[in-house]
Amino acid sequence: MELSSAKIEAKKRERDIKIKRVCAQSYLWLLLLLLYAPIVLIIVFSFTKSKVLGNWTGFTFALYENLFTGYDRVAQVHVDPNLYYSLWYTLLIALVAATFSTLLGTLAAIGIFNMRQKGRKAIQFMNSIPMINPDILTGISLFLLFVFLGISRGLTTVIIAHVVFCTPYVVLSVMPRLTKMNPNIYEAALDLGATPFQALRKVMMPELWPGMLSGFILSITLSIDDFGVTFFTKGSGGLDTLSTFIYADARKGGLTPELRPLFSLIFITMLVLLIIINWRAAKQKK
Amino acid sequence: MTKILSIFNSRRTWAWPYVLFLVLFVLLPLLLIFVYAFTDPQGHFTLKNFVQFFTTNEAVNTFIYSMAIAMLTTIICLLLGYPAAYIMATAELKTPAVMAMLFILPMWINFLLRTLATVELFNMFSIPLGEGALIYGMCYDFLPFMIYPIYNTLQKMDHSLIEAAYDLGANGREVFTKVVLPLSTPGIYSGIIMVFMPTVSTFAIAELLTRNKITLFGSLIQRAFGEGGLQMWNYGAALSLIMLLIIGVTSFFGDKDETSSQTII
Repeated sequence: MELSSAKIEAKKRERDIKIKRVCAQSYLWLLLLLLYAPIVLIIVFSFTKSKVLGNWTGFTFALYENLFTGYDRVAQVHVDPNLYYSLWYTLLIALVAATFSTLLGTLAAIGIFNMRQKGRKAIQFMNSIPMINPDILTGISLFLLFVFLGISRGLTTVIIAHVVFCTPYVVLSVMPRLTKMNPNIYEAALDLGATPFQALRKVMMPELWPGMLSGFILSITLSIDDFGVTFFTKGSGGLDTLSTFIYADARKGGLTPELRPLFSLIFITMLVLLIIINWRAAKQKK
Repeated sequence: MTKILSIFNSRRTWAWPYVLFLVLFVLLPLLLIFVYAFTDPQGHFTLKNFVQFFTTNEAVNTFIYSMAIAMLTTIICLLLGYPAAYIMATAELKTPAVMAMLFILPMWINFLLRTLATVELFNMFSIPLGEGALIYGMCYDFLPFMIYPIYNTLQKMDHSLIEAAYDLGANGREVFTKVVLPLSTPGIYSGIIMVFMPTVSTFAIAELLTRNKITLFGSLIQRAFGEGGLQMWNYGAALSLIMLLIIGVTSFFGDKDETSSQTII
């Protein structure tokens, strides 16, 4: 009798745990549903030709065709050329800024790592300022700097601004690699006759490069997604990144429909990349 | 020559370019905000810019309203995000890494475009664009920034502590309030900072989500630099300085854990 009641108790507990798990998981899926609803909307409506999002006028690949040919055959108009300029500038700025940030940040990380406590703290504090500062303040402070120095704003100022907010993350990604590294191997290379540059390239780089790579990728992500800093440092010379292009477009009223297929493609690419990375990581674990 | 080489050899000097860069492009610009905030267009010292802010009802109201919206957004994100992070870190999901990735992936679509799509969703269900839409949109945009740091601290937590608490007779609620929650405070701090900072300073999201019906403090600053003449720059700098102060105070309170704000990487 007692035994069976214990059994019932155990079964009850098991059922409770199961219910809890189902609830927990459905909560996560509900959040993800809300998170992805607008994205699904963008992707779905990239397959229709209506001017505004949310107005379904039949399935077609027309927008994709327009995006790649730059010409709308039916309406006989060109796709807004600024879309392509801004896409090109987005990529250019991201690549250049990420490259500079990675070089500057890696050198800085090595330097900071070899500093005494005091100097180290001071630089780490300065390094954290661009990360804490919201984009509008970074943008405005740099805007004032360029005005103050009489530098006309354009591509260069945008790239400098992006290096400002990307480099701190590179420093932070490279630092842990330095901590893990044996500090003596660099000295050993010098003792064995390597120049500092050779020692850097052949001894330190192989140890540091995973950190540099993640700093680089993060920089690209941050740069592509930035709006506030670019907005204040791009000047009025017609330079646009995708962010500022979308902002200007939305303020004018209509959003260029070809943005829908463009971002659907970007999203799908990222999704596939993530799946591949995860799949490979899982395989390596085995 | 040997002297130059010896400078290069001590690797301490490798940080110098970056130090120079930081001074020129981070410290000097912030200093300029101070300078512009306390001067008039002719460059004379004045407090007029601050007087102008504190005597304009609209500006002060916008400021208070923005703070309130940002706090509300942060609280909602915390209430929604903590359980999500907790579930991801503790429940036996088959693929916790994939789950974490799924929460970050939307960030690859430009946030302005996502915001605009949200506007369309509201239009489709004919929900009016206003305060509710604004808060929903902000939570939507910044929720991942709350989930991620909390998830990271919870994941690193020593799980034997929880078992120990159970063994010592604590019930489920006690284990949560006395063990899990205190251990996850660093993540909560950085989550709060990472949500509060951008929400209190945003300007584009509010403009798009409410079709310019609601003005936030960030938009006020942006307008001072966008449309006005020279005079407005000084006023805008004063507004920026006020925001800088808030950011400084917030990050000072969150300073307890600098490392986990870096875990978003």
